[in-house]
Amino acid sequence: MAITDAPRILTSRLGYDDSHTLERYLATGGYEGLRKALAMTPEAVAAEVDAVSLLGRGGAGFPAGRKWSMLRKAPTSYLVVNGDESEPATFKDHLLVERDPHQLVEGVVIAAYALQVTTAFIYVRGEFALGLERVTEAVNDAYRHGAVGRDIFGSGFSVDIVVHPGAGAYICGEETALLESLEGKRGFPRIKPPYFPAAIGLYGEPTVVNNVETLSNLPWILTNGADAFKALGEGRSTGTRLFALAGHVQRPGVYEVEMVRTTFRDLIYAPVLGGGIPGGRELKAFIPGGASAPWFGPEQVDLPLGQDEVGAAGSMLGSGSVVVMDDATCVVRAAWRITRFFWRESCGQCTPCREGSGWLEKILRRIEDGEGRHSDLELLMDISDNLAPGVSWPPQQTTICVLGSSIPSSIASAIRMFRDEFLVHIKDGGCPRG
Amino acid sequence: MTEQHLTPDVMARAREIVALYPHPRSALIPLCHLAQEQDGWLRPEAMAEIAELVGITPAEVLGTATFYDMLHTEEVGTYVVSVCTNIACMLRGAYELLDHAERSLGTRTGSTTADGMFTLEDAECLADCGRAPCLQVNHRFFGDVTPESFDGLADDLRAGRLDGVVPHHGTLVRVRRDGGLRVEGEALRAERQATAAAIAGRAAASAGPGAPGGGPPGGG
Repeated sequence: MAITDAPRILTSRLGYDDSHTLERYLATGGYEGLRKALAMTPEAVAAEVDAVSLLGRGGAGFPAGRKWSMLRKAPTSYLVVNGDESEPATFKDHLLVERDPHQLVEGVVIAAYALQVTTAFIYVRGEFALGLERVTEAVNDAYRHGAVGRDIFGSGFSVDIVVHPGAGAYICGEETALLESLEGKRGFPRIKPPYFPAAIGLYGEPTVVNNVETLSNLPWILTNGADAFKALGEGRSTGTRLFALAGHVQRPGVYEVEMVRTTFRDLIYAPVLGGGIPGGRELKAFIPGGASAPWFGPEQVDLPLGQDEVGAAGSMLGSGSVVVMDDATCVVRAAWRITRFFWRESCGQCTPCREGSGWLEKILRRIEDGEGRHSDLELLMDISDNLAPGVSWPPQQTTICVLGSSIPSSIASAIRMFRDEFLVHIKDGGCPRG
Repeated sequence: MTEQHLTPDVMARAREIVALYPHPRSALIPLCHLAQEQDGWLRPEAMAEIAELVGITPAEVLGTATFYDMLHTEEVGTYVVSVCTNIACMLRGAYELLDHAERSLGTRTGSTTADGMFTLEDAECLADCGRAPCLQVNHRFFGDVTPESFDGLADDLRAGRLDGVVPHHGTLVRVRRDGGLRVEGEALRAERQATAAAIAGRAAASAGPGAPGGGPPGGG
């Protein structure tokens, strides 16, 4: 799948129909990384992960090694896996939990060993019924195989893994909301500080929360060594990454590509990747990194897929999703749909987010429906300013979590890039595209 | 004493789940899924028993459950059809598909058909955007859905041809965990004991004079 000759780190087994089984996993080098890790000291494993600059694959891109090093020493601490993948157009963890659950389980045990925690929870998005079944099966098999549970592979190290289903709430992807949810409560993000669950997390104990894809890298890193991983990508963005490509492309899907050495153009147009835009249409805009990310236009298509490179250009790699919009797309409708999503998923704790998302959604809808007013663009930006003062990037926050400050991204992008299209909607009384 | 609403088998599974967590309340969502597996939705009787199992009030169970889209505190159809309309699916015809689904099933989004067979929902991103537009039926995925394939799917569901693939609403995970925790550290055991003591304390207090015995506090 990669267009550079980078090895497949995360998707090496996807050619097999039985990629989710223990038999296939063992026949393809499975649990070798764990055996290697258990022969090292926990500190050496953590140092190895710190050395490769494994940036978190969930959305924030925080280095996993640094996150681990912040874990407060305490008698009880936890590892929690964030598998609540819900960022719009992000569907790579969905693939990993369904198609290679043992790779995740092995990653969890390696991380648990490095952190010396004895209980790990894998929180899987509730809607992933098959994924939950596959991960549960993998955990059962891993216990039987001696890779989870007491005295793993005779090393003396023990850890339990509990698979926990979510129940449908985008906000539970926010790590402190996820912990609340795991405690059996409404998924309300916690007030910061403390900024990191590494200080105060699950049940008030120190907790590391890592994304599914982040941990799924660990078996390969331990098996092949830090140098092999670091040789891929450039700068801080090392290794490969899964990109979920969606929208107006010939071949939507999840692609594993080498970071930085691959560009958005490669991803969208390469025949082995996106295959270009259908119907001979042109690229109008694309959204990197999920619904929370500012949009890019054709002039940014040659940017490399690197965290710092995309950040410097005013957006983010975020959750690794890329939504492509062709030149027939109504950007008002696109911005409206994303805003509607935030309105529905706002947890309701903070006024700017709870109220602002609804107002923005209604204004965008009336513009799309032909009831727009000339003052509406200013009003949209004014409300956006209350959510994220200055409407800059990265956004300023007025709410407990970043959901609220993310809402203006699509609106501000659409107005900045396609102001005339909004004005036509308002002047002509509706969407010219019908 | 009222009769138990959750069956002995469900109760046994519920206790196994509670035992997996340092604090019983963590089992709340899994137990709500389990109750939905029995009843198709989250009945008040089930919530009262879940409350007892995890040591909180029925109101707290309801207050938590209503936060989550998958937990239904009102009756739903045998099949909950969730059509994703978020950005990736919208760009590939999701709203046209949803319109078709309304006409085809003869119900509005957010409602259940008169025969109780289908509940139609407009869902947020279901994370299957490689096969947009996509939908779920009782959280089983169907991708690249066209109006024609939608009608075929509805017919198959009605005729029971997909019973092995799509269980009735509420059945989420058909794989059971083998066995409980194996490790249980000292700290974990201590936390458990403290929680158990706190629950026992609350139970003793609420059994005091004038307390309503066991039923949900307050009116409906």
